[in-house]
Amino acid sequence: MISNDKYWKINLKYLIILLSIWFLVSFGFGILFVDTLNQIKIKGFKLGFWFAQQGAIYVFVVLIFVYVFLMNKLDKKFKEKN
Amino acid sequence: MDLQFWIWTAVGISFSIYIGIAIWSRASSTSEFYVAGTGVSPIANGMATAADWMSAASFISMAGLISFMGYDGSVYLMGWTGGYVLLALLLAPYLRKFGKFTVPDFIGDRYYSNLARAVAVFCALIVSFTYIAGQMRGVGVVFSRYLEVDINTGVYIGMAIVLFYAVLGGMKGITYTQVAQYCVLIFAYMLPAIFISFMMTGNIIPQIGFGSEGQDGVYLLDKLDGLHRELGFTEYTSGDKSTLDLLFMMSALMVGTAGLPHVIVRFFTVKKVSDARKSAGWALLFIAVLYTTAPAVAVFSRTNFIQTVNNQIYSNLPEWFDKWESTGLIKFDDKNEDGIVKYVSDSSLNELTVDADIMTLANPEIAQLPNWVIGIMAAGALAAALSTAAGLLLVISSSVSHDLIKRIINPSVSEKNELIAARISAFGAVIMAGYFGINPPGFVAATVALAFGLAAASFFPAIVLGIFYKRMNKEGVISGMIVGILLMLFYMTKFKFGWFGGGTQSDWWFGISPEGFGTVAMMTNFLISFIVSKYTKAPPANISKLVEDIRTPSMDES
Repeated sequence: MISNDKYWKINLKYLIILLSIWFLVSFGFGILFVDTLNQIKIKGFKLGFWFAQQGAIYVFVVLIFVYVFLMNKLDKKFKEKN
Repeated sequence: MDLQFWIWTAVGISFSIYIGIAIWSRASSTSEFYVAGTGVSPIANGMATAADWMSAASFISMAGLISFMGYDGSVYLMGWTGGYVLLALLLAPYLRKFGKFTVPDFIGDRYYSNLARAVAVFCALIVSFTYIAGQMRGVGVVFSRYLEVDINTGVYIGMAIVLFYAVLGGMKGITYTQVAQYCVLIFAYMLPAIFISFMMTGNIIPQIGFGSEGQDGVYLLDKLDGLHRELGFTEYTSGDKSTLDLLFMMSALMVGTAGLPHVIVRFFTVKKVSDARKSAGWALLFIAVLYTTAPAVAVFSRTNFIQTVNNQIYSNLPEWFDKWESTGLIKFDDKNEDGIVKYVSDSSLNELTVDADIMTLANPEIAQLPNWVIGIMAAGALAAALSTAAGLLLVISSSVSHDLIKRIINPSVSEKNELIAARISAFGAVIMAGYFGINPPGFVAATVALAFGLAAASFFPAIVLGIFYKRMNKEGVISGMIVGILLMLFYMTKFKFGWFGGGTQSDWWFGISPEGFGTVAMMTNFLISFIVSKYTKAPPANISKLVEDIRTPSMDES
């Protein structure tokens, strides 16, 4: 048995983790730490610039699909146990 | 073949497809009209959302915007995509679980108040109208640029098409035309981008190409930074906006994206909660294809442009320069009368004025692509403008027929009459949108970007609190929404149209631009909501049950 409360707490835990990554790659790597990351160069890209115009967007896509995967698993467990 | 022939063919074929789909997917019930009968597959909904989302501005202006802003343009790229993470994680699944038709539906029911519903309708109408006027104008502009007809004629043709499939098909018709429109617009965007990337770097993937070396063995971005330094511009890969303003702008765009009613409502159309999450993922993936290509196109065309025109003899410039000069998108003013084009940062020496749109529009010509590619580009730009206009139209019409008439004014209205009301209000909305398209109020262009601030200031806090904070009551949310949207309206009219005494950049509060102010207005909304709800009555017990129900999966859903 998974209580509604437990289900919600697990969901919130996922949200906090995923949104921290979301914040880190965009506000963090893309803006706040951009100058530091720009010291690193991969091929023609300065890393900070790359995160701001490419990397953050790829991470966003991955984050949503990870959330889909986690929640589908959680939903399945919830329905089996209840 | 003649260029006009290809353009008319591509536009004609794509329009016939949209009309065919509209006839095939007529709506016969209010549920089909508002939410496509909740039977849309996650991938189809992802494509429809992507088309709904990407407007004429994304298609035509974004690459240009970034090519002129360089690194600073990144906030638009991250802002307009990062919002989908918020949408998928914080809003879409719960609103789908709630399972009604519109955003004001949720706000009215969750906050057990028709006043809250009415405030939500008011906000939805303001946000959608600021947005749609720009779209109809965009349709007219695309027509006039590609097909050499008058802008107003273009608006009329666009109105007729949208009218046909929105009024006939409602959300069902709009959804499946948007799927087709996504395919047209993404093909049209990628084709020239791939060609140019190959031409300049030998790599067919633009996303990788713009980090590669050009034909002379120098990294493209290094070369562009060098050119910028030489001409006195800020380096392309660094910006000149303040970090604080960048942070606020980006968060306003993200939160605003997640709070736009025409985007949210798309997630009411899928079958179940897990599909709502999944289709948000697909939507972002489909959007990311264009949004990661745009910065590459920006770099290619800016490098190309500077190299082709700067310090060149005017009479030797390629043919496309001439052609776009005649449309007024490029202006050359030979200040020192030496017959050589000077493109520099210093405005007293600069002789060239360039409209940002040129960076996308002239691409096929710069890359010397065949005429049929230009035909497809025209169809793609129209697909982008029409799909967004149709989505907004539906929000406006359902706000009137469902939220106002059915839920507030006359709850006993029959399904059949509600459907008629929905069609009439869609018709009315097209006429109004067309009117604004033909007589654009001076502020249209300035306010489209601000629609995000308005959505951030009003809807986002109300919905998120409704899901994540059970104790939030109607008093709190109503005051929060009203203060939030009025504050945002005040700030944008003050600094954009000079009302309330106006002001310049130096008068901005905390140095935050009107585009970034949505974040401040949103925070104010949250704060007011909390404070007011602390001192007023807790919501009734059945609301607590409603929230509980939104949060947990239903057992019968497979």
